[in-house]
Amino acid sequence: MTILDAVKSIETALPDAFERAYEFRGDITVVVNPAHIVEVCRYCRDTDGLRFDMCSGVTAIDYYPDEPRFALVYHLYSMRHNMSLELKVYLAGDEPVVDSVTGVYPSANWFEREAYDMFGIHFNNHPDLRRILMPDDWEGHPLRKDYPLGYETVQFSFNFDEVNKHKPYAKE
Amino acid sequence: MGVTQKLGDMGVVTLRLEDAVNWARTRAMWPMLFGLACCAIEMMSAQASNYDMSRFGMELMRPSPRQSDLMIVAGRLSRKMAPVLRQLYDQMPEPKWVLSMGDCASCGGIFNNYAIVQGVDEIVPVDVYVAGCPPRPEQLIHGILTLHERVKHERITDWA
Amino acid sequence: MTRLEDSQWQGDLEQIKGLVTERALRGETMVLNMGPQHPSTHGVLRLLLELDGEEIVSCAPDIGYLHTGIEKNMETKRYEQAITMTDRTDYLNNMGNNLVFCLAMEKLFDLDVPPRAQYLRVLLAELQRISSHLVWLGTHALDLGALSMMLYCFRERERILDIFEMLSGQRMMTTYIRPGGVWRDTVPEFEPAVRDFLSYFPARIDEYERILTENPLWRDRTQGIGFISAEDAIRYGCSGPTLRGSGVNWDIRKAIPYSSYEDFEFDVPLGQHGDVYDRYMVRIEEMRQSIRIVQQAIDRLPDGPFRSNNRKYVPPPRSELGHSMEAVIHHFKLWTEGFRPPKGEVYVRVESPRGELGCYLVSDGGPRPWRVHFRTPSFMHLSVLPHLTKGYLIADVVGIIGSIDIVLGDCDR
Repeated sequence: MTILDAVKSIETALPDAFERAYEFRGDITVVVNPAHIVEVCRYCRDTDGLRFDMCSGVTAIDYYPDEPRFALVYHLYSMRHNMSLELKVYLAGDEPVVDSVTGVYPSANWFEREAYDMFGIHFNNHPDLRRILMPDDWEGHPLRKDYPLGYETVQFSFNFDEVNKHKPYAKE
Repeated sequence: MGVTQKLGDMGVVTLRLEDAVNWARTRAMWPMLFGLACCAIEMMSAQASNYDMSRFGMELMRPSPRQSDLMIVAGRLSRKMAPVLRQLYDQMPEPKWVLSMGDCASCGGIFNNYAIVQGVDEIVPVDVYVAGCPPRPEQLIHGILTLHERVKHERITDWA
Repeated sequence: MTRLEDSQWQGDLEQIKGLVTERALRGETMVLNMGPQHPSTHGVLRLLLELDGEEIVSCAPDIGYLHTGIEKNMETKRYEQAITMTDRTDYLNNMGNNLVFCLAMEKLFDLDVPPRAQYLRVLLAELQRISSHLVWLGTHALDLGALSMMLYCFRERERILDIFEMLSGQRMMTTYIRPGGVWRDTVPEFEPAVRDFLSYFPARIDEYERILTENPLWRDRTQGIGFISAEDAIRYGCSGPTLRGSGVNWDIRKAIPYSSYEDFEFDVPLGQHGDVYDRYMVRIEEMRQSIRIVQQAIDRLPDGPFRSNNRKYVPPPRSELGHSMEAVIHHFKLWTEGFRPPKGEVYVRVESPRGELGCYLVSDGGPRPWRVHFRTPSFMHLSVLPHLTKGYLIADVVGIIGSIDIVLGDCDR
């Protein structure tokens, strides 16, 4: 079964989950309704002919200031048929919540934690949703577009002394 | 001439206390394993056989801070790791020195953002900065020898 | 004489409630912190181990001590500036990181790459694989007690770093692979240096095998440890030697060939039992196969241009700036504003020495990438660590961490 047949079978089997599909440079992305993402993942994993048994990763994207603001992309790969597919869900900006797919793909566990840490996307039924890369008491979600880069002014020779005054040096 | 010669014939050597103490400190300065990122690989290369660091007395890299003199901060220090660095520095007994290896440890390097401490000298006082991304093993050895020169010129008044 | 109340967790119970089993909260088992600074954790990794005597009941990795914010920083730099940051994610696989980002850019821009550049990329990626496996072998053997292995492996690695320095001027962070090809053509000393390396390196691999493979101490410490079955490995997203050690035949260089890997003949070594010893054998054999690929690449290296001619994305050589007005205009545009790629998203995967390294690149049509996400193998393999270490002794944890070959820069980015 080719990848196009696989996408067709998702469309016919789960019509309320499937929104649209598009192709760019040979990769197929299927946009899915966020409420049905677990169903679609289970269908992709268990159906003969699809067998997308490996979830390579979950990426979160922030489209600020467009709405819907967040998008989650699930990269699926089928070992048996050597096909790869991307599932995309769009989430609203003020309360991004989606169901966790760790029941279907355990490999998505840490990726969802990273999406929560970096973007603030909340996952229902996740076994262990807490910060992974930032310290536990960090405030804010760093990879959002409205989070500042947090850089320090570069010291050149003309502003060396001014910047030096504000730098916290350790004395002892 | 004089008393030194006579003592030398009997097998007694006299030198100033500072010279003796500084000689002992520089010739067997044990570094602490604090390799964080890419610079750690170059530090390991400097320790390996091509650019041997054990000829300078640094045969052993001690993982325990209680047994080491020199902390080579090799690599980028993230904000999560900063309290750990300070705790390890505090656990080292005197005399202790800090060598900041690489651009990220010295000034934040190419990562000018929220996650990286812009220079290890915000957390611990640094004696020698070695630039490079990552610095070649020869640069690191030059930094260590510069530190040895500094230690050789320490005086009793600095310790008291 | 310790009382039961004294052996309770002294810190805040809430902090570790989700991470350890009930027995630890009651005080039956000991919670040990294998801290960020440890000689055997290959970087700054913190493990919260729950021990029943010497046996591990549960293990919770705590990462993020090397988080650098590379992905966010790349969003503020132009595409060609951002390549320098990719070198530093997985600092033992610099060429591979450059390669995955450049492949993603080339897929996005639909940019052609001349054959000479493709063969050079394969050659350098395989040399990088050998150098990364040498560091792995040196540190893994060092942790398990074979101290001299580290000195031997780093000695070999110096030759490879000399070759990289010959080409790009830098030993590790080369940024040699650029979109459209490579940065500059090879120098005349390159080919004799590579052939010289190929002539003596296979004997060195045999020397390492003589020291370790049949050694009863090595076998005792590595066989039967850190077992993962093939189904679990696929479910948990493992790739690379960790997956192939369990017998699953999946190598991205064969399954989804990139950069003309389909022109090269090589075998993919597989393990059978899925333990630490099999992963070790897979990587040793991979080094031999990489030698084969490098031999074929240097024998068949085609002549021709080393970078694409598409002046919308690739700057013109400086010699042209003297007499061609278009070259000056292209140079000016590329250096001040940068190129404007089409809008879209691409995902590219390559076979790094650790496993599947993927790059997901989202472009909004501007000169800076909108979002770059690296799917790194060390991140996945660390999430499997609790599964791999359950039931083994604490001395085995060191061997298991060594066998999954993690690099914390790769994991935390």
